[in-house]
Amino acid sequence: MSELQEKLVFDRPESVIDRPTHYCPGCHHGVAHRLVGELLDEMKLREESILIGSIGCSVFLYNYLDIDAVEAPHGRAPAVGTGVKRARPDKFVLTYQGDGDLASIGMAEIMHAANRGERICVVFVNNTVYGMTGGQMAPTTLVGQRTTTCPGGRCRDKEGLPIKMTEIISQLGGVAFAGRASLDSVKNIRTAKKYLRKAFECQVQDRGFGFVELLSACPTNWKMPPVKANERIREEMIPYFPLGVYKDVTEEGGAC
Amino acid sequence: MADKIFIKGNEAVARGALAAGCKCFFGYPITPQNDIPEFMSQAIVDAGGEFVQAESEVAAANMLLGAGATGVRAMTSSSSPGVSLKQEAISYMAGSDIPAVVVNMNRGGPGLGDIGPAQGDYYQSTRGGGHGDYRLLVYAPATAQEAYDLTIKAFDMAFKYRNPVMILGDAILGQMKEPIEPWTPELPGETEGNDWRLDGAKDREKRLIKSLFLDEGALAGQNQRLQAKYEAMQGEIQYEAFETEDADLIVCAYGSIGRIAKSAVRKMRQAGHKVGLFRPITLYPFPAAPLLELAKQGKRFLTIEHNLGQMVDDVRLSMRTVADSDFFPVYPGNLPTPDEFEAPILKSLEGK
Amino acid sequence: MSTYLDAIIAGFGGQGVMLIGNLLAYSGMNQGLNVTYIPVYGPEMRGGTANCTVVLSDEDIGSPIIHRPKSLIIMNRPSLDKFQARLEDGGVQIINSSLVDAELAETKRVKSVFVPANDIADEIGNSRMANMVAIGAYLQATGVIPVQAAIDSLENVISAHYKKLIPMNAKAIEAGAAHVA
Repeated sequence: MSELQEKLVFDRPESVIDRPTHYCPGCHHGVAHRLVGELLDEMKLREESILIGSIGCSVFLYNYLDIDAVEAPHGRAPAVGTGVKRARPDKFVLTYQGDGDLASIGMAEIMHAANRGERICVVFVNNTVYGMTGGQMAPTTLVGQRTTTCPGGRCRDKEGLPIKMTEIISQLGGVAFAGRASLDSVKNIRTAKKYLRKAFECQVQDRGFGFVELLSACPTNWKMPPVKANERIREEMIPYFPLGVYKDVTEEGGAC
Repeated sequence: MADKIFIKGNEAVARGALAAGCKCFFGYPITPQNDIPEFMSQAIVDAGGEFVQAESEVAAANMLLGAGATGVRAMTSSSSPGVSLKQEAISYMAGSDIPAVVVNMNRGGPGLGDIGPAQGDYYQSTRGGGHGDYRLLVYAPATAQEAYDLTIKAFDMAFKYRNPVMILGDAILGQMKEPIEPWTPELPGETEGNDWRLDGAKDREKRLIKSLFLDEGALAGQNQRLQAKYEAMQGEIQYEAFETEDADLIVCAYGSIGRIAKSAVRKMRQAGHKVGLFRPITLYPFPAAPLLELAKQGKRFLTIEHNLGQMVDDVRLSMRTVADSDFFPVYPGNLPTPDEFEAPILKSLEGK
Repeated sequence: MSTYLDAIIAGFGGQGVMLIGNLLAYSGMNQGLNVTYIPVYGPEMRGGTANCTVVLSDEDIGSPIIHRPKSLIIMNRPSLDKFQARLEDGGVQIINSSLVDAELAETKRVKSVFVPANDIADEIGNSRMANMVAIGAYLQATGVIPVQAAIDSLENVISAHYKKLIPMNAKAIEAGAAHVA
């Protein structure tokens, strides 16, 4: 009998705490958390990091990442991050915000932190809905999408078009990297990690503000099974929110 | 005399902050406190610190929250309408035990009001100001020297209690120039807050600073801890008692109105009237005990404020079992002068 | 004998009333007195008069705001209209008679001292120094602090950029004092 050889091929990143999350089945926050955790490990940033938590489903992120964290009021994470980074410029500072937090109540803070070129990274999880509060209309809710506050579907004339944050952010002077990826498939998740690494590197190298939008599923509030939710990302979200790098100061001609 | 400098109260606050080792300032323009961010934009950078003109008072206060969470001495300043906008972050800081100094150079209200002096923010300052149960330690300087001294103290207190501390002035204090003698306090050094501040989870457990407490009993526990903190603050009470000992009538007034009332009291003393002045310097905690002592001696009281009657509630609460206080308002929008205080003081003195 | 004097200094914006208010306060401070200086600011500044209030005292100062001052420096007509009636009985006002008709000034209830500040400044060679002429006259007339104290304090209020103008300012202060003496 040959000896049984165990070879570890997949493990939890050191920066991610081993505990069950509160997320619903099929939610992509867990994937996004893992990508952040992997990068903190790989870039050896865990011990230098300060996380700015925000309000929404991801409010408990600080329970899942093994790094220092402070909780920001709704939408204010980029301002809190500015304060943290200015006070401790030697630390790695990241915010993690949802679409209601970042693109609605926190619009002023995200725009100005980006424009000032604060040396912070923003992970923007866009699932087109307010999850924590029960599925209300978000600034990124697609036209026609039904939510608890637009039960007839978002109407362009009354509620406006969904806001394309990465396009807007990429226009601001202080931004070093801005890109949009999706968490619906393995291929897209790999690209998402690549973008996040770029954004993290821009802070470490003192180049400027890093911004990554992650198109994510919220099966519960979309009222569909996880597999269907992934399909919805491909069929409805990506056509309106095109994936790609919108600004990258590290590569000439990198922007699309 | 060579060591005296002649500066506005606003600048005295800014210089006090620098002397106290303030390393980050987050501002937004609003009259009548603009001298503070204008001065800081250069001076704090020269001192090796950071200045940010924020996109709003909301953002400035949240930057303060972030800097405070790292254990760095930081400050923001504003005036009434702007301080209303800062209340969100102030509540979060109080709920998260984050030290910070917030300056309010009170102007006339409500709404946009005017840019003149007023004391309409007494309730807002001493009752917390935002949502939830919390208190700020509130200092009300009356002179530029006090503005300097109390700003230095505010930083020490903010870190002693891990709580936001407010400097409550007004447009008179901010715009008036007076000589001050600057001094340099002994600073706590790099280790301040190193048992709780966020500086990266290296060779220790990660730290979390937050105000969300959802687990059963957790929020009640936090509120109980906060309550204990506010009780401990009672030891920080400060006030000025001027000619109170043999006085039949005590005028209660704080800040600029306190010093203006002092002129009236002095003048009436010269005319043979037995009047004195009680000027709270900490508005929270309110100096209730010394006031009650005076009440027990059978004295009369008149509270004068630059509002419609706010601190008078605390005066009355302090002595509720033994005495009451009359009240004389200066309406926000009018400039207070000592002359107009004389008639109400006489009236209260005679018990009419 | 305790020292106490308060003053409202008023004129058009640009006449330098804030500068001589600062100078008066600095001079008092350098003489060991307690002083306060408070300017009128904001919208009020855009009307007919810019003004500031200075208090000098050997006791700690209560109110920095004075409704009925013991003294005035009146640099223009609107300032006379606004403040003369508020001058305390027996008070003293320095009136810039280059711009204010002397007949408008009260002379019985209060003491009015007429100084053609612009004309004297012109003679010295710079009409912008009318404010210095007025403060020189004020110090001579009130005697609250020595004229020399103001001259010695010029370097506190005149920015380094204009340092070369200090001797001429001093000359204007002396000329104002001489006119009253």
